[in-house]
Amino acid sequence: MKELIKKLVETVGPSGYESAVRELVQAEIGALADEMRVDALGNLIARKGAKAEGGMRVMLSAHMDEIGLIATHVDENGFVRFTTIGGVRPHTCIGGRVQFLNGARGLIYMEKPESPDRLPSFEQLYIDVGATSRANCPVKVGDIAAFDRPFVELNGRLVSKAMDDRISVAVMIEALRALKYSPHELYFVFSTQEEVGLRGATTSAYSIDPEIALSVDVTRVGDTPKDIKMEVSLGKGPAVKVRDGGMLSDPRVVRWMVDTAEKAGIPYQLEVLEGGTTDARAIQLTRAGVPVGCMSIPTRYIHSPSEMVDYNDVQQCVRLLVELISAPIQLG
Amino acid sequence: MSELTPPTIGTAQIALLEKLSNACAVSGDEQQVRKIVMEEIKAHAEDVRVDALGNVLAVRRAQSEGALRVMLAAHMDEIGFMIVDDDKEGLFRFELVGGIDVRVLPGKTVLVGKDNIPGVIGAKPIHLTEDGETGRKIPLESLRIDVGQNGAKIKPGDRATFATRFRQLGPSLVGKALDNRLGVATLIELVKNPPPNVELLAAFTVQEEIGLRGARVAAYACDPDLAIAIDSTPAFDLPAWDESENSAYNTRLGAGPAIYIADAGTLSDPRLVRHLARTAESAAIPFQFRQPGGGGTDAGAIHKVRAGIPSVSVSVPGRYAHTAAIVARLSDWQNTLALVYQSLSNLDRSILSVHR
Repeated sequence: MKELIKKLVETVGPSGYESAVRELVQAEIGALADEMRVDALGNLIARKGAKAEGGMRVMLSAHMDEIGLIATHVDENGFVRFTTIGGVRPHTCIGGRVQFLNGARGLIYMEKPESPDRLPSFEQLYIDVGATSRANCPVKVGDIAAFDRPFVELNGRLVSKAMDDRISVAVMIEALRALKYSPHELYFVFSTQEEVGLRGATTSAYSIDPEIALSVDVTRVGDTPKDIKMEVSLGKGPAVKVRDGGMLSDPRVVRWMVDTAEKAGIPYQLEVLEGGTTDARAIQLTRAGVPVGCMSIPTRYIHSPSEMVDYNDVQQCVRLLVELISAPIQLG
Repeated sequence: MSELTPPTIGTAQIALLEKLSNACAVSGDEQQVRKIVMEEIKAHAEDVRVDALGNVLAVRRAQSEGALRVMLAAHMDEIGFMIVDDDKEGLFRFELVGGIDVRVLPGKTVLVGKDNIPGVIGAKPIHLTEDGETGRKIPLESLRIDVGQNGAKIKPGDRATFATRFRQLGPSLVGKALDNRLGVATLIELVKNPPPNVELLAAFTVQEEIGLRGARVAAYACDPDLAIAIDSTPAFDLPAWDESENSAYNTRLGAGPAIYIADAGTLSDPRLVRHLARTAESAAIPFQFRQPGGGGTDAGAIHKVRAGIPSVSVSVPGRYAHTAAIVARLSDWQNTLALVYQSLSNLDRSILSVHR
């Protein structure tokens, strides 16, 4: 699975420009899905199975897009000004590397700060692609870039840009691969434009009209030095999301996830996230409403170029997802 | 198959823009503009109706079966004010409707209510200001609309807007609400002279300035194959006085219609962006890309409706957006109309055969 994760996280695919990621996913699951289609916003929707006795129409969603940058101006000396796609923060940019969709590479640096203890704003940052003038700059206004960091393994933990949310894309692919039987009509949705407002989930949920849905996304942890207190840690298994900044999970869905994990002997953690949200929020409010929850993959350093997950957690997430969709769902 | 006669901007179109610009239609009460739109298009469109929110929806059918169904959206509403309280003696407290910088208000003349009653947002004379007072902006709570004790007919809930009258200044146009009367005027021309190969679903929308509300329901009703929002967007293209490069101009006057790649609400469908740019290049229509980031258009609501609608926006650049007077170039307006028309004329279903 590590090879798959590496391929996924190293692909450039910020919100709105996910096609390279989608092609990778299509290549992986083409033989596994009963039906695949791409919708108006670029979502990849793969159906597996039909409803049997006690089955439901189930939507699973992991987003293909990552946060990124978009060029707003190339100055006469070839420096590129930019704005953000999704929740990028200035302090994670400085000195970092980027790769544009067209292959151009560069680094981000900053103007001299007004005062040494103020964080620069994005207006004070620029990308240097090695050009010397506007004319010989390989980048133009509107060009798209992502952070540029290689995938590495550190002592059983995996680090890369775009673990959010390619790690979940990998989990969903592996779950589909491992699935032997399901009574449900399953829709594996590899969604787009989550980072800019859950836009892909909004439209894909409308067209699928599921009876129940789970998003699979990353969540932060509380196990690093002097950070916001949070109960979730790396190495303690998948997190069952109770609540985040945009959504209250259906308690019946939470109970179903917890019961399934306990019955299968899969370690799990309960997650209360104070900020942030996932595709589940958009799905929950589609049409006449959908019961939703989320399986979270504990992750350190989210929205930085070096996001870290625990490989055991990832494997347990695959196991839990397979268990969840292999049997009838008693919401009770 | 007859020759395509692309619509152009002449004196009649400029006179119509003047009528539209001078009409008052603050978000939520677009009747004055709706009336003009209906008068202009009812003889030309196959179906015309007004929906629950006041959007005008009109159809021009294609001349062939199975044609692409294209929604064009242009919002009829403008930013303005709403009367909140009668402070007596002809003074009225007011709230803002839409995004307005309070600093542009003192000293402006306004028109209030259905009868367009004139008033002034007063400013303290400079010889009476205290030290330091001129450095601070006057808070909205301290401003009043003064109608000179002529306010018997004015009540809370009445809307008001700037009193600027439209003028053509040689190659330029000056008026209030050119955001988005330019778009409305453009869409009217396209309804009158549609390209024959697409089914044109024209939506003159309401309440864009307060959250794209008309567009959302209009898109649900139209259910098109794709959509183009036609709007006006700021140009901050004045030179920086310290002679450094202006790198945050958004768009430039005279550089042609501005194609949107990304704003705060929409990541334009790259297939449509490419199509517009290629059309402009081969038809030799000057164009520019609006700088990514910030702002929004009706496309922000449209693209997320139902199962999703591929969308893009094109705007006429205008300096001093959301103030009492916008300055635009006639050539940019002409080129925007030409670009949208040409882009529709060479559009067919094959554009959707490649995935986004």
